[in-house]
Amino acid sequence: MTSRPFEGINILDFTWTATGPGTLNPLAFYGATIIKVESRGRFDALRSLGPFKDGIPEPEHSYAFAYSQAGKRYNITLNLSQPKGMEMIKKLVAWADIVADSYSTGTMERWGLDYEGVKKIKPDIIMMRTCMHGHTGPLSKQHGQGFILTALSGVDALISWPDRAPSGAYGPFTDYIAPQFNTIALIAALDYRRRTGKGQYIDQSQHEAAMQVISPLILDYTVNQRDIAPCGNRLSYAAPHGIYRCKGDDRWCAIAVFTDEEWASFCKVIGKPALTEDPKFATLLKRKENEDALDKLVESWTGRRTAEDVMKLMQAAGVAAGVVSNAKDMAEDPQMKYYNFFVEREHPVQKKIPFYHGPGFRLSDETYEVGRSNLLGEHNDYVFTKILGVSDEEFAGLVAEGVI
Amino acid sequence: MAENNEGMLSPYRVLDLTNERGFFAGKLLGDLGADVIKIERSEGDPARRFGPFYHDIPDPEKSLFWMGLNTNKRGITLNIESDGGKAIFKKLCEKADIVFESFNHGYMESLGLGYGALAEINPRLIMASISGFGQHGPYRDYKAPSIVLWALSGQGYVTGDADRPPLSTSYPVPYFFGAMQAAIGALIALYHRAVTGRGQYVDAPALLSLAWAVGSDPQGLWLNDKTLVTRSGRYWPRPQPRPDGTMGYVNVPLTYPCKDGGVKFFPFVEEGMLPSTNGMTKWAIEEGFGTEAARTVDWSTWNWQAVSQELVDDITGCFARLFMQHTKAELWEEAQKRGVQLYPVFTAEDMLNFPQLSIRGYWEKVAHPELGDTITYPGAFTQLGVGSCRIRRRAPLIGEHNEEIYINEMGMSRKDLVFLKQAGDI
Repeated sequence: MTSRPFEGINILDFTWTATGPGTLNPLAFYGATIIKVESRGRFDALRSLGPFKDGIPEPEHSYAFAYSQAGKRYNITLNLSQPKGMEMIKKLVAWADIVADSYSTGTMERWGLDYEGVKKIKPDIIMMRTCMHGHTGPLSKQHGQGFILTALSGVDALISWPDRAPSGAYGPFTDYIAPQFNTIALIAALDYRRRTGKGQYIDQSQHEAAMQVISPLILDYTVNQRDIAPCGNRLSYAAPHGIYRCKGDDRWCAIAVFTDEEWASFCKVIGKPALTEDPKFATLLKRKENEDALDKLVESWTGRRTAEDVMKLMQAAGVAAGVVSNAKDMAEDPQMKYYNFFVEREHPVQKKIPFYHGPGFRLSDETYEVGRSNLLGEHNDYVFTKILGVSDEEFAGLVAEGVI
Repeated sequence: MAENNEGMLSPYRVLDLTNERGFFAGKLLGDLGADVIKIERSEGDPARRFGPFYHDIPDPEKSLFWMGLNTNKRGITLNIESDGGKAIFKKLCEKADIVFESFNHGYMESLGLGYGALAEINPRLIMASISGFGQHGPYRDYKAPSIVLWALSGQGYVTGDADRPPLSTSYPVPYFFGAMQAAIGALIALYHRAVTGRGQYVDAPALLSLAWAVGSDPQGLWLNDKTLVTRSGRYWPRPQPRPDGTMGYVNVPLTYPCKDGGVKFFPFVEEGMLPSTNGMTKWAIEEGFGTEAARTVDWSTWNWQAVSQELVDDITGCFARLFMQHTKAELWEEAQKRGVQLYPVFTAEDMLNFPQLSIRGYWEKVAHPELGDTITYPGAFTQLGVGSCRIRRRAPLIGEHNEEIYINEMGMSRKDLVFLKQAGDI
């Protein structure tokens, strides 16, 4: 048996909230060893964010925190305001190949753990820093917030009906975009270090990363001075193209018809093959012109059927359609089940947590390992005595002095 | 210093067969220095028909969709369906590290160019397929445009206003998730290849990473409490367990209308965010919009699980009335002075005018000699200490690097090139 891809790669994880863990989880899935540093006074902010198991707002009850920590980690608590805490953290930097943090400028600096600081301890260290505005410029000290980033990066402007103020993204959507760029940079840095012996400093502005996705829309502005114009569920080169009400309470199905061939199939499925001859809908151009009437016609058919039936009938006829899945549908979805997307892990406090997940891809020759979120300081004993070689006596002292 | 102009991935070659679903994967590796060769059919990639277009001229060489997503690639034309074209593609695979493709399931196999066949030519080769639903499972042959993926991934149900149908994005966001995941998978395979000596195959269905991006609440609340999270538009409902064990919610506005658009603000009460929330409250009071509730609130002891909807409406109503008196630029400026984390809902114009981005040198001016123009692009996706992540070349014109690659690098003659063109192979 060969080694795991990141076997032997050690990561010292100062990140918190969602983007940092999202960056590191793929490395954990494939064998990296991660030590997550928290302190009892200042733990991961997601631990204070609900919803909470049994409605109890305690750090070990947060679903948000549990969800973010799908990659296996060791969790330690360390008080960095104490000299012995700093001594320990420096040993951990020396142990690490990668130091990662997601604070705005100031926090790591205060501990002397900015890039210059960690490089002194380990010259070929890779430091991955991610925050809302990056670590240079006048806003580098601003605390980040995923909900704000969806506004800054254009995501909110693009999730909007044309006739009213933006509905915006559900949740901190960019917290799931930004980490993917970081993971890419981080693996490239590991490969670069393996080849050249050189470390790396990665300074991600989550704002800059998220905007990459809409680069063509930004070019439309810089070239044509045309700004982002949301169009609800419609698309300029398809009709029908929308999300249509189906039978049942709050049940919906997306349908998208691009070509005349698909239109003919669609008409056949709804039992009105003659509709292809109707001059109001015969061509894409006409369908776009009469789109309101078209949408009514679609809904008069979908409204009498279940979303599942609509999807299956349409897809069987070669027309794109998909149920608007709620959480129950997602948990039961045959495609996600096929890929074993959601996996259950037993958590010491929350018991069965059924929504852990692996990576968004599958490798042909490598399995991935999904972990579970950790309790605060769950691995203090193991990390300090086994990894750092602290004696049992000294460990007891560190606990007694409140360092750990 | 030569090293500093190169990227971290400069020794590697990527063959990019993707269509609009997958351009982004190769682009990101190109940004980090990989030699990415975009392979198009002889008349140009079909996605060159997607707008917006340069000065609204609908020409395959003027698609801004193409230009924005294919920077840092060289471009050749090659017909991978003809025998001659296949032979050339296989020859290219001998010296390539990664192949990206995003055709419908089974297409590459039908050409005899599936991963198995290509790995026989070059066992070190990595191939990554970007798709909507994946290469396996019951949906693999389902049609998967963006809106369908958005729906099935769970994003649609939670997105949009409560009084209207679920809402999709006005931009094909889902496939960017698939492409980024393919890039991550390919890099893991590449990193591991240094140990194993062998490449492998990466299956990147956009569905999975999009489902991940729905986040913890919908899955957590359904599986543990049998509560279904639905769309709430500009409100962020905070859960409140009721005494009988069921879950109630308090609706808190997240996006507010202002004079000329929208602004976002949320009164977070976590330690680091308290100054922002206190600052916002003080601001509303100072401008005369404070109520008794706003004047007496103590955010440091605030508990979202215990507060009443009336109290939330009262205090956020003060913010809302203040916002309606100002433009997003005015609000943004004052918020910064006061340390309040309020942000306008940006459109492209706001992004271009945002000082932080210019100060960090985000925008890159890229020369387009073929248009006699210079165009401003979003630049690096990350800043690096060593080596660069930047735009080294604009997106290729159709067949722009045919001579460079076929003649200079593969050793063909000009006569060969003429023959291949006439035979329909390139």
